[in-house]
Amino acid sequence: MSTWKEQELSKQELAHYSRHLTIPEIGVEGQKKLKAGSVLAVGTGGLGAPMLQYLAAAGVGRIGIVDFDKVEASNLHRQVLFGASDVGRPKVEVAAERLREINPHITIDVYETRLTSENALEIIRDYDVVADGTDNFPTRYLINDATVMLNKPNVHGSIFQFEGQISVFNHVDENGERGPNYRDLFPEPPPPGLVPDCAEAGVLGVLPGIIGCIQASEVIKILAGIGEPLAGKLFLFDALSFRTQKVSIRKNKDNPLTGVNPTITELIDYETFCGIGQDEEDVPEITVQEYRELLNKGEDIQLIDVREPHEYEIDQMGGELIPVKSVVENVEKFSREKQVIVHCKSGVRSANAIRELQEKYGFDNLYNLKGGIEAWRVEEPLENRTTKV
Amino acid sequence: MAKIYIPTPLRKFTNQNRELITGQQTLEGAIAQLVEEYPDIKKNLLDENGEIRSYIKVYIGDEEVDPRKNGAIKVDEKTEISIVPAIAGGL
Repeated sequence: MSTWKEQELSKQELAHYSRHLTIPEIGVEGQKKLKAGSVLAVGTGGLGAPMLQYLAAAGVGRIGIVDFDKVEASNLHRQVLFGASDVGRPKVEVAAERLREINPHITIDVYETRLTSENALEIIRDYDVVADGTDNFPTRYLINDATVMLNKPNVHGSIFQFEGQISVFNHVDENGERGPNYRDLFPEPPPPGLVPDCAEAGVLGVLPGIIGCIQASEVIKILAGIGEPLAGKLFLFDALSFRTQKVSIRKNKDNPLTGVNPTITELIDYETFCGIGQDEEDVPEITVQEYRELLNKGEDIQLIDVREPHEYEIDQMGGELIPVKSVVENVEKFSREKQVIVHCKSGVRSANAIRELQEKYGFDNLYNLKGGIEAWRVEEPLENRTTKV
Repeated sequence: MAKIYIPTPLRKFTNQNRELITGQQTLEGAIAQLVEEYPDIKKNLLDENGEIRSYIKVYIGDEEVDPRKNGAIKVDEKTEISIVPAIAGGL
């Protein structure tokens, strides 16, 4: 790996970066540092799409992209790296094409895979900085722990509806002082279902653009060695009220990675750590296959869909729509005699609804459809689906 | 009259209200009033011991505060109390 002093900028590169070169803080030296630098972007979604375009345009010499997803129509209102004709194509493939078009002077590495405890250290090891644009707590804790173990700064961005959060974790300053990491800020994730993902909760399309661009700015500052990275601080942005805040993050002596008595010395099972799957297990459940067998036998069962009306409009499996927020006021619609199958998109909201009805009204005939309509979609023959799109 | 900002993920427990104006004089009193007015927020904000949940931080201005340890902190009409939960969206 060559140092920035060994970098050369061609005539074409000098032209491409000329507006950077005239900024005193960047200049030729800063641009060469960017060229010698590398970043791994985990996730090419709402945050990754804008961030990657600016990192490529700015001349970060090597950009790695990790994503296992394919482009979907529901991505297009915010993931501006993709167009309508890209639906169905692997995101990393489309992203690499676009980024090479934006800047042919850089290298793009593609990892069409899910980042896991098994591959994270190997993938992250070769990069200077990691930019976290994922959409779930297990991967965020995985990235945090892996970057701490490998001594890499972690440029973190996260979004929810109109709100965004950004910080630079695990950053070592010029005095060798290491800044706080994600576990200092939030030692544990919220229980599954309390903070739904963007697919369930929705997100203002432009919000990840704003937050992703700030992430790109932080990556560029770190690689070019300029300014003050957002280390030890959490930037909060609310697009609806335009309220912004920059709050302090303290180191936590009980941090299991970097505290007084570290207990995590290797990557763990992050799904288990985040309670994924466990929360649903405490309510009775039924698999898609079992549900289909009941239908085939002609059993008299009630199916209730607790998703939102717009989700029902896109795709449904014949259940009665009672959104999760209104199950209590519609409690009389739940049969006491029949077996009642309750479903949502993936099984979290329906489990919450069942738990609430059990606790408040003593139901003992409610069953959660495991994996929700997503599992049904996978296993239901195409011709049997009731889908409007 | 301090102001408590309620983050989006917790607004389902506050009838979608974004803030609470409180006449309480201390941080502890302000949080207690929030929980009293919106009882459903309690189990998502505080654990069994009354401590702020580990996936939530509370700030006055830019500084983290702990309503259990710093509950006696005086609050007034200029005080902005922010509740900041972990969020994970990104796609």
